[in-house]
Amino acid sequence: MLQLTPLEQEALGLSLQVAFWCVAVSLVPGILVAWVLARLRFPGRTLLDGIVHLPLVLPPVVIGYLLLVVFGRQGLIGAPLYDWFGITIAFTWRGAVIASAVVAFPLLVRAIRLSLEAVDSGLESAARTLGARPWRVFLTVTLPLMAPGILAGAILAFARSLGEFGATITFVSNIPGETRTLPLALYSVLQRPGGDAEATRLAIISIVVAILALAASELLARRLRRRLGSAP
Amino acid sequence: MLSWDVEKRFGDFALTTTGDVAAGGVHAVFGPSGSGKSTLLNLLAGLLKGDRQAIRLGERWLADSTRRLHLPPEARTLGLVFQDGRLFPHLSVARNLTYGARMRRLAPADTPFGEVVDLLGLGDLLRRRPGGLSGGERQRVAIGRALLSGADALLLDEPLASLDQPRRIEVLPFLDRLRAANDTPMVYVTHAIDEVLRLADTITVLDRGRAVAAGDVASVLNDPATRPFVPGLAEETVVEAQVREIDRVNGLVRVRAGGLALALMGGGLALGSTVRLRLAARDIAVATEPPCHTSVVNILPGVLTALERDAEGRVHLDLDLGLPVRAIITASSAARLALVPGQPIHAMIKAVAVDRVRA
Repeated sequence: MLQLTPLEQEALGLSLQVAFWCVAVSLVPGILVAWVLARLRFPGRTLLDGIVHLPLVLPPVVIGYLLLVVFGRQGLIGAPLYDWFGITIAFTWRGAVIASAVVAFPLLVRAIRLSLEAVDSGLESAARTLGARPWRVFLTVTLPLMAPGILAGAILAFARSLGEFGATITFVSNIPGETRTLPLALYSVLQRPGGDAEATRLAIISIVVAILALAASELLARRLRRRLGSAP
Repeated sequence: MLSWDVEKRFGDFALTTTGDVAAGGVHAVFGPSGSGKSTLLNLLAGLLKGDRQAIRLGERWLADSTRRLHLPPEARTLGLVFQDGRLFPHLSVARNLTYGARMRRLAPADTPFGEVVDLLGLGDLLRRRPGGLSGGERQRVAIGRALLSGADALLLDEPLASLDQPRRIEVLPFLDRLRAANDTPMVYVTHAIDEVLRLADTITVLDRGRAVAAGDVASVLNDPATRPFVPGLAEETVVEAQVREIDRVNGLVRVRAGGLALALMGGGLALGSTVRLRLAARDIAVATEPPCHTSVVNILPGVLTALERDAEGRVHLDLDLGLPVRAIITASSAARLALVPGQPIHAMIKAVAVDRVRA
């Protein structure tokens, strides 16, 4: 039971790889967008808010299709990327990262924005009077105080990426070893007659990974809260 | 020297005030909440921008609306101590204290870390986090943090207002020591008159954004016109006096303020030093003949300049004892002595009733 089959190993490894890169590429833009939405008042803020939250309400298949239009070989961005740099996004694991990053982005931004809004702006004023420029105030006061929210957002995005199916299969298809993550592998084995046992194993693997991610985040969050001096 | 001339409007509220505080001086800004005290500090610190402002620290202009000059808070080198401390919860006390020095890239040798830690009694707190400190400890750390940020002046925004009475009494002596040990000019915002009497040299009394009085503490507080704006000030006379003679055998000192000579209990006072005294009006008795066979040490000849009976049957006396001094007696005593303005009297002030508020 504990021995993973090559197919399972491949799917699990790919899932973790995609989820890791999904969080890695969206974290900094996520913090930036959360900051802009929480702190700046400008015309078009509601529009930006809407665009960020769109993937939450759009059918994933539609997102996958739009990504294909934009990042395909003939796409708006996909064509120059391929022509100038020889980089292909569609039908590669990089595309899977983009698909799940887009889908997970609203969750990430929401969690970070909530934590940013909870930061006492009085502490930031205090830092200014002590000689910190705005940018250093952000790095030395705001960011550390937001850490629990950033962590929560990252875990949410990670989990959402592990579960991503619709946008991924539409945008990058279901290629073994390239884009066949756990949910896609589960879908594949279900298409075969007699794949029930395999499907069960894949489902269990997915559940275990999800629980481990939750436990890790809870542990980290506790340590962070202790560092911030509030209740354990 | 920190000086300001500022104006700031919010809706129908307008703060207009000028003032200055010299090196080694403490300037109190006194007034009820909503009078614009904190607004003034935020303007000085650069957290707010005045509609009209001219703020100067020594030779350096921090803000000048005629030249559209408005330095950001980080460029002003003014240490602001907030009412609620505002310590960084994610940093230890030691890291909070050194935050300003790190941001301003001051060399450790250039900041008096050890002295400030000793002065404010922070030695045992350095490794702790703000979350575990008491209110009084927090305020002491906040004061130390502002001092160690390379501040050329300190702005204190009701630093004791969030504390209960025992904590206030615990922190006040530290502020007193800070004032004595430090040349940094301080602007001290408060609505507690005992803090003004203990700490301040000069004062601005604010009422709804308007300065109703300004000047040195004793003359402002003794002015009857200011009294309605100073709740908590009992009927009393504030006297700045110089120590002229020390009688160690009896534990008395003789002090002089203008034409007024007084004896009081004087432990720990040095010859020539200045003391601030409160003479409560109800502790002062008068006699029309020089009294003899009395325990009262201070029997001061003077003139009754004015008297006024209030609704409760007390009579308020204005005495000229070389300095104007207020006294309160009963209406029946006033009638019995047949007191009239212009009459010579002898004021009697017990040495033990003279309240020293500032050594």
